[in-house]
Amino acid sequence: MNLVFNIAWTHVRTRARQTLIAGFGVATGVGFSIMMASLMEGSQDDFVKTLVNVLPHVTISDERNRPTLQPGEVRYAVAEIHGLTPEVRRRGIKNPMASIAALEAWVPGKLTPSVTSKGLLRYAGRDVAVSITGIDPRTEGKVSNLETQMRQGSLSALYRATNAIILGDRLADKLAAKVGANVSISGSRNIRINGTVVGTFHSGVRQVDEGAAYVLIKTGQVLEGQTGLVNEIRARLNDPMIARSVAARIAAETGYKSVSWEEAQEDLLSAFQVRNIIMFTVVGAILLVASFGTYNIISTITHEKSRDIAIMKSLGLTERTVRRIFVIEAMAIGLAGALVGSVLGYFMCVGLGLIEIKTPFVDATRLPLKYTINHYLIAAGVALFSSVVAGYFPARKAARVHPVEIIRGAT
Amino acid sequence: MSEPLIEARNVTRVLPGLVPVTLVQSVNLKILPREFVAITGPSGSGKSSLLYLLGLLDLPTEGDVLIGGRSTTNMAEDERAKVRLSNLGFVFQFHFLLPEFSLTENVALPMRALGELTEAEIGERAAGLLDSLGLADHRHKRPDQISGGQRQRVAVARALANEPPVVLADEPTGSLDSKSSAQVFDLLRSLVDERGKTVVAVTHDLTLAARMDRQVRIVDGRIVADEKTTPAPA
Repeated sequence: MNLVFNIAWTHVRTRARQTLIAGFGVATGVGFSIMMASLMEGSQDDFVKTLVNVLPHVTISDERNRPTLQPGEVRYAVAEIHGLTPEVRRRGIKNPMASIAALEAWVPGKLTPSVTSKGLLRYAGRDVAVSITGIDPRTEGKVSNLETQMRQGSLSALYRATNAIILGDRLADKLAAKVGANVSISGSRNIRINGTVVGTFHSGVRQVDEGAAYVLIKTGQVLEGQTGLVNEIRARLNDPMIARSVAARIAAETGYKSVSWEEAQEDLLSAFQVRNIIMFTVVGAILLVASFGTYNIISTITHEKSRDIAIMKSLGLTERTVRRIFVIEAMAIGLAGALVGSVLGYFMCVGLGLIEIKTPFVDATRLPLKYTINHYLIAAGVALFSSVVAGYFPARKAARVHPVEIIRGAT
Repeated sequence: MSEPLIEARNVTRVLPGLVPVTLVQSVNLKILPREFVAITGPSGSGKSSLLYLLGLLDLPTEGDVLIGGRSTTNMAEDERAKVRLSNLGFVFQFHFLLPEFSLTENVALPMRALGELTEAEIGERAAGLLDSLGLADHRHKRPDQISGGQRQRVAVARALANEPPVVLADEPTGSLDSKSSAQVFDLLRSLVDERGKTVVAVTHDLTLAARMDRQVRIVDGRIVADEKTTPAPA
């Protein structure tokens, strides 16, 4: 075995207890870092996944990007008109089916028209404000997971009754309405119709399950009091991560407001960024504290071994060689800590994954954890690096020992 | 007259401080091959300081130390370390063996540091040295498992590991009882007579010094006497 490794290994081996404590410090740091990273990223991914599944990836609404121009402004480029109310515009997206056909030519995904409105459901004397979406059951399944989220009934059941309605399961519970119940539906234009509950769904997002209902497009148009109205086109993309650029292009081409799921949830996603910064700071602090243990053990060894260092230098070992001995010792502690910590981290994740938990916003039976080699590599790498840095300074000090001073002191 | 193995030319060593202390002053000394030299003098006279300067463990404030005719004043620390490793062997008052290593490993240390031999050759030479010094049965023991005299013999074996032409010994018998002391002295004597080495030993024991070939006496950092020992009448 190489001399440097031999001496380093002997030092580490003969101080088994101290080495174990230092190594355990690093291992604990690595283990907790992996567990924290796994939990934080897992919960984030889970939440984003739920959002991506529940929300349309791009929503095109009938709002215009700019207010309607006055006829004078259209006619004369330099005209400036004050005090006039903007021209009243017919609600809805113009030629929705033609627009969908045009978008389908290049949007990588599926699109479906819908009518959204705010309304009130009344049943058995209870009123609940809801968001009602008029959908096309034939294409809805291509843009949302509603079909798979059905708990009772099916999307096609919307065709089987007059003014059929599908409720979120929590909403149905709130109203105490079961499948087959006749509910009163009021739209935002004070149009009231009677409908039949034909199914319930469960999305997993409490807000949706408590406040959303689906009807046929035609029923939605009745509630909005406008035949042929389509005020929203929803798109589900093959790759949800390109939603932002697709939304921007749609807005530019159609002039309608087009919002990606990322923009719609911007506040939440920004909060995740802040959370990640906090997480990495905490993880870094844990590993830094763990490296103090390595610093401590290497300092102790170099202090205890000052006489040996002096004699090695007097025999002819160079400063570099002496420094290397102690840096290797620190590396050995860091490496052992990183390996044990990785195993510890894995089992902590497994243990944490067994805990059942529920949040007010999203149903989750188990804590969501993300298993990725990156967490292990980063935690082990940082631990190893901080151990080497922690070992380097006492090693450098030890290597600078003047042998004569120690030998004189010893004699 | 043969070339000196070590030569001190006008060497002075001053310890800096509020009140600078002169350890060695204007010393000129030549150590020739196959000499057994005693450096004697009262406590604090600068004997050990001179030995450390000759062994490149310390740097002179003024003057130069030549090893095999090569000036060492402007040598980098790594180069000085290499010169020490291959040209000089050290024996101190205390054995300074590495406690966690076996006797063989301790003797092998300078050879492994020099890196010129294979592990098999190193093991063979270390074992041979220990055998020749009567420590064959203790090769695999650790330093705390043998007596003080034996430890000092191991230290001598370590000093000889790289076959240096010169062995520098600082009070090599200072911490030993009279019997062990005599054994170690005889061992050093045999290095000169049988192995053709040069031994420079610091000692305050004038009886031992009288049995060496040459005595250099130091007082207050200066050499006051440098003479061949007159053999005792038979």
